[in-house]
Amino acid sequence: MTARISPQETVEQALALSKADGCVVLVTEQSEANLRWANNTVTTNGEMRSRRLAVISFVNGGTGMAAGVVEQSSTSLDVLADVVRASEQAAHDAGPADDDAPLVEPRVSDAGAARWGDEAAATSIGVFGSFAPVLGEAFARARAGGRRLFGFAEHIVTSTYLGSSTGLRLRHDQPTGRVELNAKTPEFARSSWAGRVTRDFSDIDVDRLDAEVTTRLGWSQRHIELGAGRYQTIMSPAAVADLIVYQYLATNARDSDEGRTVFSRPGGGSRIGERLTEQPLTMRSDPDEPGLSCSPFLHTSASWPVASVFDNGLPTGPVRWIDNGVLAELPRTRNWAARTGAAPAPIVDNLVLEAPGATATQDELVATTDRGLLLTCLHYVREVDPQTLLLTGLTRDGVYLVEDGEVVGAVNNFRFNESPVSLLRRAAEVGRTERCLPREFSDYFTLTAAPWLRIPDFNMSTVSRGV
Amino acid sequence: MTFRAPWNRFCVRGLSAGAGSVGSVEASIDPEFTSLPLRNLADAALSRAAELGAEHADLRVERLRSQNIKMRDGRLQSAADTQELGFGIRVVHNGSWGFAASVDLTPDDAARAAKRAVAVAKVSAPMNFERVELADEPVHRDATWSSPYRTNPFDVPRADKIALLADWSERLLAADGVDHADAMLNQQWENKFYADLAGTTTIQQRIRLEPELTALSLDSTDGGFETMRTCAPPVGRGWEYLTGDGHDWDSELAQLPEWLAEKVKAPSVEPGRYDLVIDPTNLWLTIHESIGHATELDRALGYEAAYAGTSFATFDGLNSLRYGSALMNVTGDRTVEHGLATVGYDDEGVQAQSWDLIRDGVLVGYQLDRRMARMTGFGRSNGCAFADSPGHIPIQRMANVSLRPAPDGPSLEDLIAGVDRGIFVVGDKSWSIDMQRYNFQFTAQRFFAIRNGQLAGQLRDVAYQATTTDFWGALAAVGGPQTFLLHGSFYCGKGQPGQTASVSHGCPATLFTGINVLNTAREAGQ
Repeated sequence: MTARISPQETVEQALALSKADGCVVLVTEQSEANLRWANNTVTTNGEMRSRRLAVISFVNGGTGMAAGVVEQSSTSLDVLADVVRASEQAAHDAGPADDDAPLVEPRVSDAGAARWGDEAAATSIGVFGSFAPVLGEAFARARAGGRRLFGFAEHIVTSTYLGSSTGLRLRHDQPTGRVELNAKTPEFARSSWAGRVTRDFSDIDVDRLDAEVTTRLGWSQRHIELGAGRYQTIMSPAAVADLIVYQYLATNARDSDEGRTVFSRPGGGSRIGERLTEQPLTMRSDPDEPGLSCSPFLHTSASWPVASVFDNGLPTGPVRWIDNGVLAELPRTRNWAARTGAAPAPIVDNLVLEAPGATATQDELVATTDRGLLLTCLHYVREVDPQTLLLTGLTRDGVYLVEDGEVVGAVNNFRFNESPVSLLRRAAEVGRTERCLPREFSDYFTLTAAPWLRIPDFNMSTVSRGV
Repeated sequence: MTFRAPWNRFCVRGLSAGAGSVGSVEASIDPEFTSLPLRNLADAALSRAAELGAEHADLRVERLRSQNIKMRDGRLQSAADTQELGFGIRVVHNGSWGFAASVDLTPDDAARAAKRAVAVAKVSAPMNFERVELADEPVHRDATWSSPYRTNPFDVPRADKIALLADWSERLLAADGVDHADAMLNQQWENKFYADLAGTTTIQQRIRLEPELTALSLDSTDGGFETMRTCAPPVGRGWEYLTGDGHDWDSELAQLPEWLAEKVKAPSVEPGRYDLVIDPTNLWLTIHESIGHATELDRALGYEAAYAGTSFATFDGLNSLRYGSALMNVTGDRTVEHGLATVGYDDEGVQAQSWDLIRDGVLVGYQLDRRMARMTGFGRSNGCAFADSPGHIPIQRMANVSLRPAPDGPSLEDLIAGVDRGIFVVGDKSWSIDMQRYNFQFTAQRFFAIRNGQLAGQLRDVAYQATTTDFWGALAAVGGPQTFLLHGSFYCGKGQPGQTASVSHGCPATLFTGINVLNTAREAGQ
């Protein structure tokens, strides 16, 4: 094994080795530190470093452009030529690609072009230097208070370098972090949860998180059994985010135009332009969103309906997917855009749902509720029917009964059957949008902000005994 | 259906060098992997960990190769070849875990990673109040093992695979009522070297395949659409699986459009309680969710509480919890031939085993790793520790968990013939279960009405929903070995950071009485 070379040098060497008609090289350097705990003690932990090289060769075989992708964890010089040749062979084997488009050309305004020469950013177990001792104190308090704490803290820093035969040289550093804290009573009969996203852990207040789960565990001292049915429900931002992220990733322009999604129009085409809700809700993405910033260019090592390898390096920008209640746009590759006469709409790695002037907080929504449920978060959300985007899942770690403007206790969990599209249509009130951790998507889509929503008739299909 | 007994284990044995012997098929460990400096890395990492005071240390070097091909209407959407190569070192230092991973396969970096792992253990120590101790395991020196296959799919030209999927897609698209056809083939080749301070060293190789085709029919008048997917299981087999060894592709592809056309015109189900005859192509997933995960001891002890959840099958219920009817006998194994969780040794150097989880309807066992085996007095782990990549720490993962057929049990036809008003359930689709593995809801590829012992056409908009112990308590008949099928998944998720694992579940056709059936269109408010 030869010594590894820098990401930038890897990109240049791979491009120089390429004999294909076009080539994109992606190098990803990632470092990660994590702590996991259960029953008031640390269980597993780790510090990992990884590196990935993806070479995407484009070959014109006469009947159309083909793409071949070879990806591997090593970027040492002695394997580079093999990877490039293998990707070229893959392109020759592949035949014409379904998502063929000219490779992206560099632009003077490319946001990812700055700092190309910088070293990859990194994290280490030291990121928990201040966090870990305070967490240990929380464990001690929990033991003394008859509670058990469970949870996970993770910090990942990913540096992505993209180079192409057309001259693109783009780089992006993405820090992502999260903390999840779950408190239970010793017999596991009651449970509460709080989650946060962070870029560097400097803004994580463990004591505040601990106080939050302790307060909610206190709410559940009174247990109330409720049956299945439709309930007025106040959904937390985390619960709302889980459902709208599902909608965002499950619907795209091509599938919709072809009749395969909830946003397909009878008779052909998509429902773009159709009003989805009377609420002035806007669902949007923006790579420069404060606190939720993400890559300003598209990078992918595999084609799928929302992203094409031919679109690597395509600038992303602000886009409104739902504009003031109207379906305004769906993720669209350049190939599909060309085939349908529409504009490309590259997918962006963050998502915000908001309504102008909506400021109601959890406490304010609770205070104006005669009788209803307050949801903490969701579990095991899966698609039941793509035609309506009907999703099923469970409520988790706190469903609270609100009566006469106050939380009066905790109720059993439920299995729900609901569609996010239907929920947006039926929403009776929109609250303040908050940055939140969508618990179901916490492994790979955490850059979200969502509002509190009041749903007049949330479908709690059956009772779950699970806690 | 072909009889494939889950306890038909094949040879796992320690060898001094070279090839492993597996069942009826000889397979060699890839020499490109064995030529890596595996023992030099182990020497450097383990000796450094010992110098730094680790009471346990293990090193895994892994090479994971995958090739994923996706077609859309017979045209290539994506073909990606991926290789991950690296190592992870895990230590127990003063009773705390520490883990570090890297991708530079040099002794110097292995030693540095060992130092980092010890440093991680020291950071964790102030928050660790349960000393880590591991159950004993015999030392397995220089053991090798390979899964059985005839043709390594990575030796088959990529163009041949694309041509096969294109041909299968065209067959579907040529049929009346099929507007779109999606095809996917996922292939994985896993090589793993393990060494620990006790002296165990193992080298292993696994091959697995997951093919899948879906036909879609559009209704342009109302914007509706329906799909029908193949029910062929993912398997631990070679390329021969795609050419007819273990599955009749021609037959299933020929029938798929007919089933889809019937589904499109099918009446919507009337919700209520029905007797369900469940085919193994559907029941495997119900077993996975309601038994497989519920009998993982880490869940029962609370280690997954904040993420994947806990289990109603708590440890105090061992040997007493009534899980289901007396007809219910469930095994855990890491030995069944072609099983996706089948190995020679796990990621803690424990030899693969087979054991009972549920006997005559009573909980009698769990899936274990070495730490939990020691904590709970089992004495020895049953080999369920696994990491999905070199960069992840091994956690307790699922064995192949299977429902035994009744030795002289009925055929599928006999099961259906005994039902007056019921539904025959085929193929998995949507699934979800709660945090304690109580409340679940499943849909399927096909639901057939049963009236007076006869199939009476398909139904639409069906989901079945139950509480685990009620459901298994309603198990009224278990089919014979002739109805048995080993199915499974490539994508079992668990742990933080998230890890995926492949796992198989075998079961016969079965009859459950009085199960709650929903109408999903009404659930959606349609």
